[in-house]
Amino acid sequence: MSFNLVEFLKSLVSLTVFDYVRQVWGDTPGVEIVLDIIGVLVVSTFCLLIVIFLIWLERKVIARIQDRIGPNRVGGRYGLLQTVADVLKLLTKEDITPAGADKVAYNLAPLTIVMAALLMWAVMPFAPGVIGVDLNVGVFYVMAVSSVSVVSLLLAGWGSNNKYALLGAFRSVAQLVSYEVPMILSLLIPILLARSMSTEQIIAAQDVPFIIMAPLSALIFFISALAETGRTPFDLLEAESEIVAGFHVEYGGMKFGMFFLAEFVSTLFMSGLFATLYLGGYRFFGLENLVIGDMEIGRLLGLIVFFVKMFTIYFIFIWIRGTLPRVRVDQLLNFNWKFLVPVTLVLILVVAILDKLAGGAGIWTRTVVQLVGNGVVGLVALELMRRAARRYRREQEAMVMTRRELASAPAEVTVSSH
Amino acid sequence: MDNQLLITYLPIAVLLGIALFLAVLLPVLSLSLGPKRPTFRKLSPYESGMTPIGEAQRRLPVKFYRIAVLFILFDVDIILLVPWAVSFRRLGLYGLAAMLVFMFIFILGDAWVWKKGVLEWD
Repeated sequence: MSFNLVEFLKSLVSLTVFDYVRQVWGDTPGVEIVLDIIGVLVVSTFCLLIVIFLIWLERKVIARIQDRIGPNRVGGRYGLLQTVADVLKLLTKEDITPAGADKVAYNLAPLTIVMAALLMWAVMPFAPGVIGVDLNVGVFYVMAVSSVSVVSLLLAGWGSNNKYALLGAFRSVAQLVSYEVPMILSLLIPILLARSMSTEQIIAAQDVPFIIMAPLSALIFFISALAETGRTPFDLLEAESEIVAGFHVEYGGMKFGMFFLAEFVSTLFMSGLFATLYLGGYRFFGLENLVIGDMEIGRLLGLIVFFVKMFTIYFIFIWIRGTLPRVRVDQLLNFNWKFLVPVTLVLILVVAILDKLAGGAGIWTRTVVQLVGNGVVGLVALELMRRAARRYRREQEAMVMTRRELASAPAEVTVSSH
Repeated sequence: MDNQLLITYLPIAVLLGIALFLAVLLPVLSLSLGPKRPTFRKLSPYESGMTPIGEAQRRLPVKFYRIAVLFILFDVDIILLVPWAVSFRRLGLYGLAAMLVFMFIFILGDAWVWKKGVLEWD
């Protein structure tokens, strides 16, 4: 088979260009390496460029929520080029290392955080067959790489020689490390239901999307993803009103920009992971396998479906940011250790037992059984939390009352002395 | 077999290289494009506009350490749960029963930790 430009363009549109290249030039290791390099180049360029759009989207949506207009000067009426201008501005800023800073730690932190954010995308399935690499430990790989960001934050906080930065870093690490537990535990449930850690196979197992089969696990994953990426209501990492900006107070120019970039890339990744694990990824009623004539249009449609799902989740992230206030540190950690973690531990056992009981049944029976199990665990957990909250409120009110009595007591004494 | 396994990870190695390149490129670009006029005041660490007092890298409350230890305990638990979840069906009833026993002990330990007040932040 020889090279044909029309066929090449056709395969480019239907996203089967790699298969086409393999057909033309053979399946030799040399070709494979070149294809790998091109593939990951596309993925990493996508990550860097999509951030420009994401920041614009976030500013625009938040502005609308807050009854403002948002960026509307640079790049036409909608301010589309605002972020490009911001990036140029950041690039031409002075690059400084504060006095007394640990130079290695200070400069290494933005590097590692950006690398971790980019590396996660290797296992993200964009469309059928369009994936960096389909590892058989895909989800585990994501967990491993995403926890590198904890080390980066610690490096940044420690290296900056700044009290706010150090305090912010320790807070962030406490938060990230805590919320990693319910996140990974809730990720175990799709793994358990699909019996695989490969992202492709988890999608293949979702004849019924796991959000219907395991809604509680999806909710817990969503909450911990919010906390892991440090977004409101869990944005204690950079609480401006308390610790100025947390771990990145001392960073300016492009180094600050890199922290920003990593945050947006990993938030989008978390939305994509949610779409993959719970919403069926690129699947949409068999649309991803559609063939019209000799054109395999399915892959392109799959890509569009995946993007729609991913950006819907991302929009919810922004929506929450525009709506909810920040929680306190003790509330944050209590919510994690006293609510999310026990609930997830119990949920895993319940899902496992139900899966064993209904193992041989059809897909719909299994779905209903799991749904009911999830519902029961969720309701019981909510009821327990309601009681605990009521008790806590009574204690608080009692404390306020005693304080008031103490405050009013000396006043009576002065009145009686007259 | 071993060779096959390594080849699967080749794209990740390539991506690591590209990510490293991009991550180094950005600060280098900013270093070469930006001005370079450091002054004493500019380089001093930010402390609400005051001259910094004392060392920044000081001792921290022990509660952060407690969280770290808790995390390690749970992480060890997770390490055991992950392969169990993947091969859940193959392990059969024995696998489920074994995990139930383990989780019972683990949740018991968790409850003890809770009762002892390790989870209190203040």
